Amino acid sequence: MTSAHREPLLVEGSGLGKTYPAGPGGAAVPAVRGLDLELRRGEALGLLGTNGAGKSTTMRMLAAVSPPTHGTLRVFGLDPLHDGPRIRARLGVVPQDDMLDQELTVRENLVVYGRYFGLPKRVLRERAERLIEFAALEAKADAPVTALSGGMRRRLTIARALVNEPEILLLDEPTTGLDPQARQLLWDRLIRLKNDGVALIVTTHYMDEAEQLCDRVLIMERGALVAGGSPRELIGAHVLPEVLELRFTGTEHAAGCAAVKELIAEGAPWRLEVLPDRLLVAAADGQDAQRRIEARVLPRASLVRRATLEDVFLALTGRALVE
Amino acid sequence: MTTPAYSPAFAEFRYWGAIFAKSWRPVLVNSVVNPVLFLAGIGLGLGGLVDDRSPLDGGLSYAAFFAPGLLAAAAMQTAVVEGGQAVFNAVRTRRSYRVAAYTPLQPHDILHGHLLFIAVRILLSSAVFVAVMYAFAIPASPGAALAVPVAVLLGVTCAAPTAAWAITVQQPSVIGNFSRFVVMPLYLFSATFFPVEVMPGWLQPLVYLSPLWHGARLCRDLSVGTVNPLDAGVDLALLALTALAGYLAARRSYRRHLHS
Ligand SMILES: Nc1ncnc2c1ncn2[C@@H]1O[C@H](COP(=O)(O)OP(=O)(O)OP(=O)(O)O)[C@@H](O)[C@H]1O
Ligand SMILES: [Mg+2]
Repeated sequence: MTSAHREPLLVEGSGLGKTYPAGPGGAAVPAVRGLDLELRRGEALGLLGTNGAGKSTTMRMLAAVSPPTHGTLRVFGLDPLHDGPRIRARLGVVPQDDMLDQELTVRENLVVYGRYFGLPKRVLRERAERLIEFAALEAKADAPVTALSGGMRRRLTIARALVNEPEILLLDEPTTGLDPQARQLLWDRLIRLKNDGVALIVTTHYMDEAEQLCDRVLIMERGALVAGGSPRELIGAHVLPEVLELRFTGTEHAAGCAAVKELIAEGAPWRLEVLPDRLLVAAADGQDAQRRIEARVLPRASLVRRATLEDVFLALTGRALVE
Repeated sequence: MTTPAYSPAFAEFRYWGAIFAKSWRPVLVNSVVNPVLFLAGIGLGLGGLVDDRSPLDGGLSYAAFFAPGLLAAAAMQTAVVEGGQAVFNAVRTRRSYRVAAYTPLQPHDILHGHLLFIAVRILLSSAVFVAVMYAFAIPASPGAALAVPVAVLLGVTCAAPTAAWAITVQQPSVIGNFSRFVVMPLYLFSATFFPVEVMPGWLQPLVYLSPLWHGARLCRDLSVGTVNPLDAGVDLALLALTALAGYLAARRSYRRHLHS
């Protein structure tokens, strides 16, 4: 029995779709199409996709504030259409935009939000303290939100989403606008939550973040799923394991590009991607590729690295590829 | 952990209370001090002028005519600002409605909580206003106190349909135009400050459609002590039916826009 030792299923969506009705002068928008997804306790799922791919729409459906127009969805085994309040009571939501109350202080924002969940005063007061510490906002606890920087607001929004001790945390681009220290701090906190059994769904445009944090990622493109799996699986399935990065001085860029194309035409098993400032050559053996290319043209700099999720993302979401 | 007394709509009410607590001073000026100044300035000053030249029917002083009208007009004013601008902000700028929608609150809880807040605000400012009327010895009847619940009903009658509409608005300028082209004319032409009979004949049937006119008439009859059961029944029925229709429209519109 493989399922016996598995964690319970918290989210189950199949054929999930959302078409926004046609607005004035616009056609109906199929924002999400035929999405299948599953989430288990303690699991971290990443939703990746270019702008407009349907990530936020998916999050809003899971948060039971946007009824799906197609497919079925169960969250905690409940139907969001009929059990929205019971589902939302157990969810934490970090929307893409901070929606904090500007005239309230940091602490008041937490307390006011906690009341929506019916938390008694005593519990709320204690949790607000803990979350202020979590967000590293002790020095600003009694300052109005207008006095916070963008990154501090983001941290407050995340802290606020934890006020009801959710079992699933939905994070829509949580780290956008954070400095590297704050990002590290947040990752650390998210990993701690995950170890405590909280399930995470994260959308992000930072592939390194998804690779570090997520057990599985789904890559979406124009509303539909294009690939899914663990970061390792995706790298194994969609790109060659190594990448050679080549940089040329301005005028030699075209020559370098021609030389690599020539080698590929002669049968070298690589894939070339041309970026404005460099060439990326995906290969099974990066050092071999480096030797063979450098025998024909000399780049200003070259480097062999392992393929990352970013390479998968670029390969799958329609960046022009030259074979 | 949930307290037994937890009511989602009450949580929304408390939210607006918390915001109000931050900025009650200007609000107090708008909804209490201004009407009271109006009452003193226009009711007594202009009243002196009017009463000497063309006394109202039944020897009613202008202040006795004007004060209940102003009470009703102030209730409408608060209701449309809260149901209009505040609702627009709650979806588009402040976005507190969007935040509340991510919690166990249903769209109708958000509506109930906000309407309750509007009603309580109007209740408090109307009570102060009626107390001031008594202080100036304006009401002839002890029934004037009943004008307070009528003002609250009028407030809900105006707030509910305004909220149903405001939640759909995308541009802030639309709310501004609503104040200029709908609320102002209603305020001025609902025969709150002068008897409907002095208005041009073609305008009078329109005045009878205005909830403010019915609210003002009932407040005045209660204050002067000239309640006619038939008129009062018509006023109450019209206000209550408009409130109910506005409420049902708002329920639908909140659900559509907050769970989109
Ligand atoms: N309320 C709405 N009404 C109509 N169309 C919408 C609405 N919200 C989103 N869309 C459309 O749905 C599509 C998906 O949008 P969504 O916000 O889900 O994308 P996203 O993946 O979150 O993008 P981003 O990375 O830019 O945040 C887009 O085409 C968008 O224009
Ligand atoms: Mg988004």
